[in-house]
Amino acid sequence: MTSITKPQVRHPGLKKNALGFTQRDYEGAMSTLCAGCGHDSVTAALVQACFELALPPHRAAKMSGIGCSSKTTAYFMRDSHGFNSVHGRMPSVTTGANAANRDLTYIGISGDGDSLSIGLGQFCHAIRRNVRMLYLIENNGVYGLTKGQFSASADVGSTSKKGETNVQPPIDPVLLALTLGATFVARGFSGDKAQLIPILKAGLSHNGLAMVDIISPCVTFNDHEGSTKSYKFTREHDVEISAADFVPLRREIKAPGTNEAISTVTMHDGSVVRFRKTHEGYDPTNREAAYAHVRACQQRDEVATGLLFIDEHGADMHAVWKTVATPLVDLTYEQLCPGDAALQALMEKYR
Amino acid sequence: MSGVNDFAFRMATVNGTGSASSNSLLMQAIFRMGIPVTGKNIFPSNIQGLPTFYDIRVSKDGYTARPQEMDLVVTLNPSTYAKDVASVRKGGYLLYDSSWPLEPDLVREGITILGIPFGKMCVENFEGDRNRTLLRNIVYSGALAAFLSMDMEVVGQMLTEKFSKKKGLLDANRRAIQLGFDYAKSHFECPLPFHLDHMDATGDSIIIDGNSAAALGAVYAGATVGAWYPITPSTSLMEAFTSFCKKFRTEPETGLARYCIIQAEDELSAAGIAIGAGWAGVRAFTNTSGPGISLMQEFVGLAYYTEIPAVFFDIQRTGPSTGMPTRTQQADLMSLAYASHGDTKHIVLFPCNPEECFYMSVKAFDLADRFQTPVFVASDLDIGMNDWMCKRLQWDDSFRPDRGKCLTADELESVMKFSRYLDAEGDGIAARSLPGVHGHGAYFVRGSGHDKHGTYTEDADAYQEVVDRLARKFRLAATAVPAPEIHTVPGAEVGIVSLGGCHAAVLEAIDRLRDMGIVADYMRIRAFPFDAPVRAFLDSHAVTFVVEQNRDAQLRSLLAIETGKPRDEMIPVLDYGGMPLTAMSVVSAVSGHLPRPDTKRSPRKKRKVPA
Repeated sequence: MTSITKPQVRHPGLKKNALGFTQRDYEGAMSTLCAGCGHDSVTAALVQACFELALPPHRAAKMSGIGCSSKTTAYFMRDSHGFNSVHGRMPSVTTGANAANRDLTYIGISGDGDSLSIGLGQFCHAIRRNVRMLYLIENNGVYGLTKGQFSASADVGSTSKKGETNVQPPIDPVLLALTLGATFVARGFSGDKAQLIPILKAGLSHNGLAMVDIISPCVTFNDHEGSTKSYKFTREHDVEISAADFVPLRREIKAPGTNEAISTVTMHDGSVVRFRKTHEGYDPTNREAAYAHVRACQQRDEVATGLLFIDEHGADMHAVWKTVATPLVDLTYEQLCPGDAALQALMEKYR
Repeated sequence: MSGVNDFAFRMATVNGTGSASSNSLLMQAIFRMGIPVTGKNIFPSNIQGLPTFYDIRVSKDGYTARPQEMDLVVTLNPSTYAKDVASVRKGGYLLYDSSWPLEPDLVREGITILGIPFGKMCVENFEGDRNRTLLRNIVYSGALAAFLSMDMEVVGQMLTEKFSKKKGLLDANRRAIQLGFDYAKSHFECPLPFHLDHMDATGDSIIIDGNSAAALGAVYAGATVGAWYPITPSTSLMEAFTSFCKKFRTEPETGLARYCIIQAEDELSAAGIAIGAGWAGVRAFTNTSGPGISLMQEFVGLAYYTEIPAVFFDIQRTGPSTGMPTRTQQADLMSLAYASHGDTKHIVLFPCNPEECFYMSVKAFDLADRFQTPVFVASDLDIGMNDWMCKRLQWDDSFRPDRGKCLTADELESVMKFSRYLDAEGDGIAARSLPGVHGHGAYFVRGSGHDKHGTYTEDADAYQEVVDRLARKFRLAATAVPAPEIHTVPGAEVGIVSLGGCHAAVLEAIDRLRDMGIVADYMRIRAFPFDAPVRAFLDSHAVTFVVEQNRDAQLRSLLAIETGKPRDEMIPVLDYGGMPLTAMSVVSAVSGHLPRPDTKRSPRKKRKVPA
């Protein structure tokens, strides 16, 4: 994967976050994606979300597999470690890293090919394990790096740039994640940063796997008439089910007031997500309702976006396995080696 | 050739009927009588209802290879009667359940047939089908105790230890063992000509399987993340690691785990988890067998090229494909040494028994950290799952893990531009930085082409600079891996090379060959890559045999490729049917290649040998 070093220009007047970093400090290498690629907008949203959350860059790890989406981990947070692994296997590498160091913030970036085809199994099992991470699927319905084949998220009847029609049914990561018991399920659109940034911030604070499917049009291979993952189609068919505002812990939390259209969910770290219910009666903590709404939208040819489901009480991988609070990587050898006396006592059992 | 403390016997039973535990009880009782003993469980890839065999060899001389012939066979599975009768050596004994008649055509001349109505005795003495089935194993154990003059006090003590918390079971087992013992004593002449007699030859030994020992090594090495997918014969390694961790790694104040064991969705994921954890800075491993190794290839290449430590235990079984999952082989050698596409080479360790599984497990983690690369431990089903008598394990409390070049926050503070793959010290090993330690250490791991700074490249020179350093690093590893074990005898013209679980049989074969006048030197390969002494040994003998358990002479190929020794100058001795190697198969292969010596028991001097 290619990247070009971006010149670091400092503007003294730039706004600083709680750590004293400017938004520029959260940028990375220059993107080598096609001009207008939806993924670059997602990257920009991530930069802003991480800046606003004042994440210490060196305490975050950017994880990815292979594909256009996976390249984007190089394009933000240059002072964070990044891991561009193998195709479809980002979830297992992140699982291992998280097992070793539970205190880092893991940002996994994947695509529809990476997560819904070659890596579908890993995607599902990372959700089952509820690995604490932000899991983004930059979803464009197409294989960009190999020049335009349909992916597993392409809709039936959707046409390719070459004019072929997709005949196989799509896999919807949102419905799949809901079925698998995901504790945070959202969908955004790369063209709607205002909606996306609070979702990303909430996902980064979630105590478990936060799955965000982002419709991110491919300007080169899948932004034409007939594509259901184009800017035009998404803008016209986007239905915001519940919009979210994210309130980090350190900021004063404003009472939702009497407006019944707003509900709040408190995250594990004390920060708060406020939902503006744009859809009457929508309850983002009800898995069955979330599933039904997304399906209903689908049948009306609409794309349900927003924070669709959240369960902040789900146990993450470490809670399930009851691992110590100290990251395993910080345990000393003395804490890990039982020593010869214990070995000799054990040896008696083999006599 | 049997005699006191020198014989072998076999229990032929049906799997899933509880015979495994009574068989290991017999083995352990012999061990506690101070007599060297070996047990080989030859079981089917099945849970219940198929033939299973357990061979016990008693050897006052301490030979632990699989026995060549059976002095006594206990046949309790009608479906294998014919095979069992045939497996008794001439002049040996067959013990069968006389509750039902033995087919007349199974009666064989030249062996003694002993009948005890085990089934009937159980029906008369115990209640319930399950109890009767389980206790039949204990009744035949009692009979064997009488036939073989086993110390009944030792047996009683073992039952007490085993059932100390289950009074009812203890009483039933005691009665069962006595029933068998008394019946044999009162109906037959006991003991048989070959039998047991107390020795003092097991004082500093233990009985342990290789998978438990390897798991214990992982605990002592400080490994904290284990990822796996169940597969025979490697499963018991992670099960043992789990139980050792529960025992030794539970935080006293909180009861929380100082480890994380993840049963993954497949072997690809297991490899990914181990590599992710290794990247994040802990000691991590996965355990698998051949099919899993095939699935892990892509990840192994990633870890090799991005230089991430992880340990892979391959408990080899009979391939190719699914092969015979409950049979042993050493047929993954080539696929481990060069695992993954592109130019890749890996460190592989070859333990020869459970004791070495423990120490090599620790070594594997040190090598993985020091050389920042995947390290394989190539065990096999025979070593991994069978109970072996070996030296009691020891631990040096002054041991500290070699974590290799891993930069601390303080060290990184003064680093202005971190270059992940820079050979600063000229030894081919670049310093690494762990995520979360310091912003100055941040870099981008990529399996795609990269230069010494870790930056993406498609430039020929920058690419080559990195892969050439990897080759240098690998050459350095040859000097750091366990050196071969070499036994030389003055005047030996024959060289025998072997590895892993063949060791016990080869050592015994060398003794037998010497009896025949063939004096052989021996080199046991303990690791890949090979260092200079390996080639030197190959060059110092007129004729060299390479003993291994695969069809295609894979060790010989590795030796030829890596040392330059012409392949045809090494004679392959191959045993690949899935059973543990016997000394006799080595003896006949080696002696068959050589002209018969003129006189027996004389050291061979200037005798011509074929090239």
